[in-house]
Amino acid sequence: MTKESLAIVESTRRAFLKRAGTVTTMALTIGFEWAGPARRAIATVAAPSAGAPFAPNAFLRIGADNSVTVIAKHVEMGQGAYTGIATIVAEELDADWSRVRVESAPADAKRYANLAFGTIQGTGGSSAMANSWMQLREAGAKARAMLLAAAAKGWHVPVTDLTAEKGTVYHTASKRQATYGSLAAAAASLPVPEKVALKDPKDFKLIGRQAPRVDVAAKVDGSAQFTLDVVLPGMLVALLKRPAQFGATVRSFDSTATEAVPGVVKVVQVPRGVAVIAKSFWAAKQGRDALRVDWDDSHAEKGSSATMMAEYRRLADQPAASARKTGDSAEALHSATRRVSASYEFPYLAHAPMEPLDAVVKLSANSCEIWAGDQFQTIDQANAAKTAGLDPQQVSIHTLYAGGSFGRRANPGSDYIVEAVSIAKAYGADGTPIKLQWTREDDIHGGLYRPMYFHKLEAGLNARGELSGWRHVIVGQSIMANTSLAMMIKDGIDPTSVEGASTIAYAIPNITVELATTKNAVPVLWWRVVGSSHTTFAVEAFIDEVAQAAGVDAFAFRRKLLEHEPRMKAVLELAAQKAGWASGPMPKGKGRGIAVAEAFKTYVAQVAEVSVDDAGHVKVDRIVCAVDCGTPINPDIIAAQMEGGIGFGLGAALHGAITIKDGHVEQDNFNSYRVLRMNEMPKVEVYIVPSTEAPTGVGEPGVAPVGPAVANAIFAATGKRIHVLPFQNAATA
Amino acid sequence: MSTSFVLNGKATTLDADPNMPLLWAIREIAGLPGTKFGCGMALCGACTVNLDGQAIRSCVMPLSGVAGRQVTTIEGLQSSAAKAVQAAWIGLQVPQCGYCQSGQIVSAAALLEKNASPTDADIDAAMSGNICRCATYSRIRAAIHVAAQSIKASA
Repeated sequence: MTKESLAIVESTRRAFLKRAGTVTTMALTIGFEWAGPARRAIATVAAPSAGAPFAPNAFLRIGADNSVTVIAKHVEMGQGAYTGIATIVAEELDADWSRVRVESAPADAKRYANLAFGTIQGTGGSSAMANSWMQLREAGAKARAMLLAAAAKGWHVPVTDLTAEKGTVYHTASKRQATYGSLAAAAASLPVPEKVALKDPKDFKLIGRQAPRVDVAAKVDGSAQFTLDVVLPGMLVALLKRPAQFGATVRSFDSTATEAVPGVVKVVQVPRGVAVIAKSFWAAKQGRDALRVDWDDSHAEKGSSATMMAEYRRLADQPAASARKTGDSAEALHSATRRVSASYEFPYLAHAPMEPLDAVVKLSANSCEIWAGDQFQTIDQANAAKTAGLDPQQVSIHTLYAGGSFGRRANPGSDYIVEAVSIAKAYGADGTPIKLQWTREDDIHGGLYRPMYFHKLEAGLNARGELSGWRHVIVGQSIMANTSLAMMIKDGIDPTSVEGASTIAYAIPNITVELATTKNAVPVLWWRVVGSSHTTFAVEAFIDEVAQAAGVDAFAFRRKLLEHEPRMKAVLELAAQKAGWASGPMPKGKGRGIAVAEAFKTYVAQVAEVSVDDAGHVKVDRIVCAVDCGTPINPDIIAAQMEGGIGFGLGAALHGAITIKDGHVEQDNFNSYRVLRMNEMPKVEVYIVPSTEAPTGVGEPGVAPVGPAVANAIFAATGKRIHVLPFQNAATA
Repeated sequence: MSTSFVLNGKATTLDADPNMPLLWAIREIAGLPGTKFGCGMALCGACTVNLDGQAIRSCVMPLSGVAGRQVTTIEGLQSSAAKAVQAAWIGLQVPQCGYCQSGQIVSAAALLEKNASPTDADIDAAMSGNICRCATYSRIRAAIHVAAQSIKASA
């Protein structure tokens, strides 16, 4: 297994370097098609059969010119969804990859629901490939069957005598061939088959290979279109002044100075604040700077995160809701011969995607058109309709590339969309397109943070040195409470608060996991890898402490507790082997740490190597990552998501924190809300476990293990454990 | 009030507030959207353009500051170093969300125009002002090395 996985990565690297020229040409061809008409027209929305002779289902069209257009129901926010979606369709269709392009789907829950979310169209939970897998394989295979049937009918030969390759149907015996484009019109007149055979995975030509990303060329020459880049005739730009404290409202405002700024068109009050609408960003910005608002803070949040954390610590010792109860952990801890305990503190975190939130809204009496890097299409559609006073079907959404999201653009209240619609409504709903642009300060101050949490853990070792009891208490705000998703909360447990802790994979006979849900006015939201962004740290840092107490090697201790979890054990072993774990402790000043996680049914293990200098400065030198995500659809994108997830998680672990004092967010921009930069990026090696299981997601799971792997490596180097995140704030002890 | 300068090799005059940041002048007035807005405070590098051979942050450069000077954006990159950087970016499939990549590429091209064989430390020094939240840093580093090699090979 390990030899094969190494071979995949090695052959990838070699193929890339060797065929750089070929890859370039191919990607440029795709990029040209991709960036052409769609860009000029500004985000055309898929019209099922507009101008295409063959549109057998909601997911693809084949043109007479042999073009294959795949309709993506998921947003492309960097995770590679467009390429993955196109790969699945093209594989079963036997399409010519160089003729495949991707178009975003309109908001339509009937055709484009995320099957993992039920009836909602949206992207999240690393579900794009997992929920699309069978749906898109069937879509591609049925289209292929119809094209073959059309050729068989035209040539009066049995369909079983035909083969297809790269967009062409062949009848070998008569040496006849026909392209998909030439068969499209005939295929369109045939019935769509009820059932169709799917390929044997051993026959895959694209899945598991290195199809170049469909979006890369346009993202290298600057032509890729984001919401920031949307320009419509007569479009205005709005900036919104929001209160400094969450929950404050406008009492009154003075826009005299604002209206004197050249280019400012109108100042309007909306539920979230006061919007300055202008002819350009710069005019809107100057106008907003000049605006004076008197805020009513009588219902505003005035608390401080330090005070909240003190309260969380107190709550961790009070009775809480049960998220998991296996055996009798109280008895196991009572009778343990050795007990270990620790607590961990996690701050609020901002997503801070590179593209600050933005949306363009064109609102008139009977329709609302929205352009956005939209991650929650049908929820945003419903919220926009409610705000505009329209029916959802009167709201259309053009989903553009999102300049990152990490969860931020998928929020149940559709905050930035609702703001944009409310501004367009206050402006007069006269069909004038208005772009709402957030600044970076708006983003850092804007809430919907990963919640702050306190974790308290206790473990007991019995006389044989076995881990016999485990008690884990989590304290923090609920993400789903008071949202349209609150029905997901059962018996006081918001699953996003406890996942990764209540689902702990280690074989421990007695386990208790409890949750105390807190309330305050700081808006919270899922953040890349959701619950596992904190639960994996707590579990994996603590199990290291337990292994230490048991006097057992950190890898061996985990491995023994994962005998019944073959996939998790396999990634743990692969990472340890590739990192040279067996070579023993590193030289003075260096250390190695390990962590493993399951998130969204993907298994990831990472080994971190760190150097710590005499002043205590930590440098993360290397991360070795092993991942099992089922059938690898595009190994290079899987590797990219692991690399990126590691960098994202490492930045948060080292520096990330939103703190609040008297209701005011203390960070403003990337100077005070630090994220990972080039000089801090470790060397990363990714090893993919070969698999024929159904594919699972890769956008998020790579984030989970990096923090604890690095913390455990710092312990190996220094003998000091980290209990407070980010590490820069930790008093190691 | 108007400001005259050379934009992507063409003599250009923009009639705008001279205090307007260059970023917004080239995006909203010159109509070149490849250069992105990320922070507005020269902290993230998404707005990087080339000014007389230097990679600079256009979000804090007033339009008046480029009068009579040469500005090159992602749309106007022509140097052999820039072409090598873009080819390496495609070869190594660097971008994820892609939003920061115009700035990354302009910074990387400016580095290679001055330093044909950058070390990892040189790359850290030249590129640490360009944030990528997708953390494509490993591939950016590798692609800069690949571009440097390809420039040497074709020289």
